[in-house]
Amino acid sequence: MRGRAGHVGTGRIGLRHIGLSALIGIPLIGALLLTIGIGLFWMPYDPIAIDLAHPLGAPALRHWFGTDQFGRDVLSRSMLGARISVLIALATVVVAITVGTALGLLAGYLRGWTDRLLMMITDAVLAFPGILLALALIAVLGSSDGSIILALSTAYTPSVVRVVRATVLSIREREFIEASRSAGDSSLQTISRHILPNVLPPVVVLATSLFGWAMLSESALSFLGVGVPPPAPTWGNMLSESRPYMDIAGWLSIVPGLCIAGTLLGVNLLGDALRDWLDPRRQT
Amino acid sequence: MLSYILKRLALTLPTLSLVSIAVFLLIRLIPGDPALVLLGEGADAAALAGLRADLGLDRPLPLQFVSWLQHALRGDLGRSIVSGEPVAGLILQRFGLTAVVVLIAVTAATVIAAIAGLLAAWRRNSVIDLAVVGTATVVLAIPSFWLGLLLLLLFGLKLGWLPFVGYIPFSESALQAMLFLVLPVVTLTITESGVLTRMMRSSSIDVLHLDYVTHARAKGLPERTVLVRHVFPNAFAPTLTLVGLTLGHLLGGIAVIETVFTLPGLGRLMVDSVLARDYPVVQGCLLFTAFVYVLVNLVVDLCYPFFDPRVTAR
Repeated sequence: MRGRAGHVGTGRIGLRHIGLSALIGIPLIGALLLTIGIGLFWMPYDPIAIDLAHPLGAPALRHWFGTDQFGRDVLSRSMLGARISVLIALATVVVAITVGTALGLLAGYLRGWTDRLLMMITDAVLAFPGILLALALIAVLGSSDGSIILALSTAYTPSVVRVVRATVLSIREREFIEASRSAGDSSLQTISRHILPNVLPPVVVLATSLFGWAMLSESALSFLGVGVPPPAPTWGNMLSESRPYMDIAGWLSIVPGLCIAGTLLGVNLLGDALRDWLDPRRQT
Repeated sequence: MLSYILKRLALTLPTLSLVSIAVFLLIRLIPGDPALVLLGEGADAAALAGLRADLGLDRPLPLQFVSWLQHALRGDLGRSIVSGEPVAGLILQRFGLTAVVVLIAVTAATVIAAIAGLLAAWRRNSVIDLAVVGTATVVLAIPSFWLGLLLLLLFGLKLGWLPFVGYIPFSESALQAMLFLVLPVVTLTITESGVLTRMMRSSSIDVLHLDYVTHARAKGLPERTVLVRHVFPNAFAPTLTLVGLTLGHLLGGIAVIETVFTLPGLGRLMVDSVLARDYPVVQGCLLFTAFVYVLVNLVVDLCYPFFDPRVTAR
């Protein structure tokens, strides 16, 4: 079905689509990176300094996004939150992609029992809803940045294994792989020189999706109170802390949510653009 | 057909076995005496000794697993550290509410996605298409718990149309209970329709290019019949698979929704027991949701031939 779609309706329309996704996605991600970059050197206020003289201040010139129940500056907290959330999501993606690619190459290249065993394990892990698996692992490991990364990457690794394995299976019988083998290359050389480059495009596309999922899950875990422990701010725990003050301080519920939604939108659009660019046959 | 069903059933067995082993081992990952972990810090010596004998902690791990599994299969998932109630009872008591919310929301989201996705694909690159794709993309980026908070803020606090916090069980007042469920269901429906709509649209686009659709049109069939009778069933099959995956994944996602709307469902039970380190309940919830997930996807796969008869041939 995919193959047939290939010779219809690409070209001009495809270009417009890539254009629109990238046109909105790139500025959003740019703004996020800029915010994190500025936050490394300068923030309007100390994001964890308590100022009980000015609690729940509405957005104003002094505090653009207002202050929270402890008088902490919401803008500064959002800036630090961006850094924490992005670092956790990045670490999760790096771990899941590295481990998943290695296992996927192994399963697809060796096949046989290694493959069957790995597939059974990925099926089992995928049978747990991601958030619940992460919750259970955090219950055992205790909540810290490290255990969030470990828990989320455990939940996401199986999907990487499956994508990599499927790609390897689709190319392992092709001529250039055969040629590499008959030329006397070792398995390691064949994998690294000929299989890995073909596996990379789908992995890159998956990595952007994973980054979005990881950010969303981390904020959900923090919202549930088992993520990044306070006083360190993340968008998720800021939303969670805003709940008792929703009726009198709506900005506390709106600012962190907008940050999450804007980032996810940017990441998703960038992922769409990347997919169209790497695989023009599959338009989204 | 029968061999397809049997083959599919056989595939779930290794998954379910591994899931059980993983859930069993989870508690053993915690350093210290498993009996103490399961009964909590304040347990008395007699109860500890009883549980140790029950779990057979002096026996090898595989034997312990077998006896744990026997208990689990009989519906005995241990007792909660916090309340002392049987875990299986707690789960069943909470699951009804979660199941109602998830089923209504996923059904509504599927209907919305099927119609919107098919329309967008049919009028590809039109204003309708742009509106559908744009909305779905934005919806995908909005976290369910934030959407829930915003809806609460608007309809619960500012307008006062719907109850703000809490829950009244169906047994007390069905009408009241339904009012409490409106916002959670709407939130989930919106959140889940995004990804389903995109899936439906892209599979409809693929199907619309197929020769048999051109053939149906050339026969002079009205466009409506072509879309509903010829395009829809084939385009819907991949979406249905995604619906199955969504249902399973929602058993996790619901935890967040139930926290926002303070609903006493299964997700909230899991979160509360994680916070209270009530390990038997965590273990029970995990085992239960994984089994439900596997079963739901089994049912979805068994429905698949209904939409796409070629599946059984494979």
